Amino acid sequence: MLHVENVTAGYNGKDIVHQVTFSVPKGEFFGIIGPNGSGKTTLLRSISGELSVKSGKLTVMDRPIQSFSSKERARRIAVLPQHNETAFDYSVKETVALGRYPYYEGFFKQSSKRDDEVVEMVMGETGIAQFAEQSLGNLSGGERQRVFLAKALAQEPELLLLDEPTNHLDLSYQMKLLELIKERTIDKKLTVVAILHDLNLASLYCDRLMLLNEGKCEALGTPIEVMNDANLKKVYGIPLHRHTHPRVAKPLIALMPEEKAEEQSLEHVTIETTENMMVVRSPFPLKTLSSALVGGGFNWATTFVNRHVDKNYNCSEAKQEYIRYLCANRLNITGTVGMMTAALLEDAGMKSIQNEECRVLAIVTAGTSNSVDISRSWEYAAGTMKVGTINIWVFVEGELTEEAFTQAMMTATEAKTKALALEQIIDRNSGTVATGTSTDSMCIAATQTGKKIEYAGTITPVGKWIGKAVFDALIEAIQNYKRRREEL
Amino acid sequence: MIVSVSLGVSVGSVPIPLFHVLRILTSSLFHLPIPHDIDRGTVNIVMDIRFPRAVLALLVGCSLSLAGCAFQGLLKNPLADPYTLGVSSGGALGAVAVLFFGISLPFFGDYTLPIISVLTAFLTLLIVIFFARLVHRSLSVETIILAGIIFSSFLGALISLLIALTGEELRSIIGWIMGSVSMRGWPYIGLILPFFLVGFFILMMNARELNALAFGENDARAIGVNVQRHKMYVLFAASLLTGSAVAVSGTIGFVGLVIPHMARLIWGVDHRHLLPLSMGVGGAFLVLVDLLARTIISPTELPIGVLTAIIGSPVFAFIFIRSRRKEV
Repeated sequence: MLHVENVTAGYNGKDIVHQVTFSVPKGEFFGIIGPNGSGKTTLLRSISGELSVKSGKLTVMDRPIQSFSSKERARRIAVLPQHNETAFDYSVKETVALGRYPYYEGFFKQSSKRDDEVVEMVMGETGIAQFAEQSLGNLSGGERQRVFLAKALAQEPELLLLDEPTNHLDLSYQMKLLELIKERTIDKKLTVVAILHDLNLASLYCDRLMLLNEGKCEALGTPIEVMNDANLKKVYGIPLHRHTHPRVAKPLIALMPEEKAEEQSLEHVTIETTENMMVVRSPFPLKTLSSALVGGGFNWATTFVNRHVDKNYNCSEAKQEYIRYLCANRLNITGTVGMMTAALLEDAGMKSIQNEECRVLAIVTAGTSNSVDISRSWEYAAGTMKVGTINIWVFVEGELTEEAFTQAMMTATEAKTKALALEQIIDRNSGTVATGTSTDSMCIAATQTGKKIEYAGTITPVGKWIGKAVFDALIEAIQNYKRRREEL
Repeated sequence: MIVSVSLGVSVGSVPIPLFHVLRILTSSLFHLPIPHDIDRGTVNIVMDIRFPRAVLALLVGCSLSLAGCAFQGLLKNPLADPYTLGVSSGGALGAVAVLFFGISLPFFGDYTLPIISVLTAFLTLLIVIFFARLVHRSLSVETIILAGIIFSSFLGALISLLIALTGEELRSIIGWIMGSVSMRGWPYIGLILPFFLVGFFILMMNARELNALAFGENDARAIGVNVQRHKMYVLFAASLLTGSAVAVSGTIGFVGLVIPHMARLIWGVDHRHLLPLSMGVGGAFLVLVDLLARTIISPTELPIGVLTAIIGSPVFAFIFIRSRRKEV
């Protein structure tokens, strides 16, 4: 559809775009990203034929762009600019009908029946038919942009060029507009070349991206290929972090604030235990990875609640009940990681380690009456499993990568298994040594300031102390638990 | 239009019944003998003084409104008109120069006046736009008007200079500068008519392009308008209309500003309808204003430009405020 080969372009003898090469097949949504002044608009204006290229080849549908007459070009290429102003109040329909201009023929440029049909059709498709007779001035920014999209589509283009079409629009309009255009690329094989400012929108809607930097192509490929931390840092000059979209296989870009947060220490973390609840509070949010009932997964939390419930607690809607419980106790829900246990909180084991390598705090509650050997758990019939819980909380000083969080989980789990083996906790069903209990939970919480911790495997400086802290705390908790059972 | 022309012919220092006016006009038009009950003198007043005067006012009003409408659409500028852009002054300078120096182009004879006037109008227009673009690339509303005012004042000063040098003819030229359609007669209609027809025709051919250009040049280019070519057509046509109108009637301000806005309010903004409607309204309007100008302080006549300015300036202010409000 579109071939750009070694194109150099610019204004007044100054080259803005240097030697750019790419091609866009039919039906693709192609995005151009890059900082201000990187030549995005210049490149787009070359493609639209508005600006003639200095050197290189630029062909649309296998014809050099400059070989089209203005009307021929407008029947193939439409442009949706950033925003559009007119001093006069044209009606929506009059505006859209202007898109038929390249099809008018003859001396008086009369419109044909087909022109009217196309105008009606695109107004329907863009959802503006109900405004047809209204004047542009009465519409909101988002609606107006849809009108101009309709006008561009009325040209029945094969190639649609967008120059930051979602500027000045609020989030829902940005998405709606791009969804609409994306659908056209799928249903009608419309080819789109779009300049997008918002990297997340670009990632979400573009099939492929080109990253421009100072007029040169820095990277070209799928969003995942193009948007890596190194490319973005190089081009935008600020730290950006890529993570993954929760639902689609596209990257998301997070802005990283330049100012380094003040180094936070675990020493300000407080622990308060009542009969029903152990609450760990941090004066600053900690990044957490947990399997907790409330606030599970990756999260940021200041409050960590280990709640004691009776062993006959009815768990059918545990999460909602837990949230009600937090509200009743005036704990905020969003910043809380909440677990539940039937074990007594006063039997909790606790181990704090502080040395030159790291600072780690482990808090464990253990009720081992329903312990399970994972290698034999398949022998349990469905629904016969009873609740038993070891809840492990690990607090770490330092900035953990996501890998380190995962490794910390593994490390702590291995420490748990070893402690159970040492304490000879038996799976009653199989009679073998247990590896855990039926409903264990774990939370790793890190300050995310101070030392950068890339790995937390079993022999890393941090990993080995996580292992030690969890192991010691669990042994203490199990012994407390055993002692209490003996007393009974 | 017909009503206003008839009124314009009928009312005056010697009132002539409307019915008589119509009878005289129809019989002249179809070369029928003039009815006997009408006095010969009345016929002369109608045919040689009032009717040509009304027709001239009509044509000038039509021309200026068309030009204003075209300027406003082309420059996306609701404040544009031949007067505020300085184009009228350009035409006037050309015309005054022709009168002052007694220039006569070979082959064109009497048409020298409107031709020079049109050329200087066109030249002024190009310079104003070029100058405005130097100041501000995007050609904002205020920049263009400011450029127009700068050139207007400059050209006005040149005209005053020429007038000061003429001495004796002073008063008549000043009256002409203020704008008037009095005592012109049929030859002047002959002078303006061809320019008017050509200008009108060119503009109508470019009505769709004007609609497109009202959304900006880039936008017009994107939908396949050959912007450079059509822009030149429109500017040239508007200069034809303005220059020829100035040549026969002097600078009559604000007609081209006010009329297109009135037409837009009533019939919408599509230039295919707006151009002819502005033209009709503008023509009728100027005939009526002329009527007012020669009767309001009768027997003395007011220059017609004075009245249009009295009506036009407040409207200009109003439109300016409204267009600024819209932007905020």
